[in-house]
Amino acid sequence: MGLRKPPLYDAHADAGARFTEFGGWDMPVEYDSIKAEHAAVRESVGIFDVSHMSEIEVSGPDATALMQRLTTNDVTALDPGDSQYSAIVDDEGVIIDDTVVYRLPDRDGRVYLFIPNAGHDEEMYDRWTSFRDDWDLDATVEDVTEEWAMFAVQGPDALDTVTDAAPDANLGGLSKFQATFADVAGVECWVARTGYTGEDGFEVLCPWDDAETVWSSLDATPCGLGCRDTLRMEMGYLLSGQDFDPEDEPRTPYEAGIGFVVKLDTEFVGRDALEQQREDGVDETFVGFTLLDRGIPRHGYDIATEDGDVVGVVTSGTMSPTLSEPIGLGYVPTEYAESGTIVQVLVRGREKRAKIVTPPFIDR
Amino acid sequence: MFEIPDDRKYLESHEWTTTDGDTVRVGISDFAQDELGDVVFVELPAEGDEVAAGDEFGVVESIKAVSDLYAPISGTVAAVNEDLFDAPELVNDDPYGDGWMLELEPSDTDEFDDLLSPEEYREQTE
Repeated sequence: MGLRKPPLYDAHADAGARFTEFGGWDMPVEYDSIKAEHAAVRESVGIFDVSHMSEIEVSGPDATALMQRLTTNDVTALDPGDSQYSAIVDDEGVIIDDTVVYRLPDRDGRVYLFIPNAGHDEEMYDRWTSFRDDWDLDATVEDVTEEWAMFAVQGPDALDTVTDAAPDANLGGLSKFQATFADVAGVECWVARTGYTGEDGFEVLCPWDDAETVWSSLDATPCGLGCRDTLRMEMGYLLSGQDFDPEDEPRTPYEAGIGFVVKLDTEFVGRDALEQQREDGVDETFVGFTLLDRGIPRHGYDIATEDGDVVGVVTSGTMSPTLSEPIGLGYVPTEYAESGTIVQVLVRGREKRAKIVTPPFIDR
Repeated sequence: MFEIPDDRKYLESHEWTTTDGDTVRVGISDFAQDELGDVVFVELPAEGDEVAAGDEFGVVESIKAVSDLYAPISGTVAAVNEDLFDAPELVNDDPYGDGWMLELEPSDTDEFDDLLSPEEYREQTE
């Protein structure tokens, strides 16, 4: 099966983008320079085509109950127009996916849209419908991944950029994690003040067929997903399939440093396992580190103690474009997780000294 | 189009070589630096190290990728471009000039015959 393509694939190619696979989609990884695109987001504003992200809509009388039981955060805390970061875990509490759950306003108040990672739409649709049927809940689940294009406008100038394209909407009045329907370049879009680069940002969802109109109305530096990864790493945010993966890197929210999305006073799949782990504590913890010696940490490299005993693994790493320092993320036994602890990273087999740092790596 | 100067020879793995008769200078091609993207790290051998034709002699890393560097001919490392340790972006900015990586004293100049001509390398990158 070929790779799926975003609606603006040809436009990206015409703009000189290079493409690579993200979750079964052929997406722009960089236009000209990851470093330059990264800097645009940190210093002014960039725009990402993130139409490869999945979108699942859940509606009906039992929509809240279904969302509550399949995500770890407390969906009932959401007013219409609110959103929350959340996790989807299995019976053992292992993260299957992380997601943002939106509660849509102006509908009947029981419509949710959640955004699984790229390529997870079918799996999540199946999960939602099968649990719905098992629990006999009255909810409609729709995979709308290819109905919505999605753009992320990120950076200190993001508000001005989106406001220029949507002058009638009071987007400055949105606080972080709030969203609204807004007219962007004449197209009704779902505009949310969310995003995970550490900067102010908006995600704009528009009908697939209107992608070109909306994209071209947002005046920002086109950015590929290469710099989205480096921006996220600088913040210590999880990369799906890399920092957690139910097969290759099975981790619970507590191990992965997102225990704040677990609300044990709600009922959800995996709750009991997570309650037990919270009582017992975790053996391994997600940490950040900077390399003190020359080299760049990469996914899969071992982490060792100063004595050379391998104790952990690097899950993400790069040369931080903002700091010009090698940074990484990974899991170590909890006794090595304290900030300032010296460990070693085996860069192609060679021991390089590293210092544990609590992310974010940059001051945000 | 990528620049492929006629005054040097190339490897399939995208290194170039020039020689002044005594030493051989080595770097990576314009095509290679463009494929890599922003170069952020270069690891090179020490002066005096011996390398053999076809062996890995170092590593060049961009933000997104790690690539091994291969020696075009056998010899002794006479110099390394230490400027790259502080300014690896020279590889992107000037791959055939200030972005050079290594100078070798060759032990077997016949090995030059095994390298690609500019025309042959041009065909490979097309």
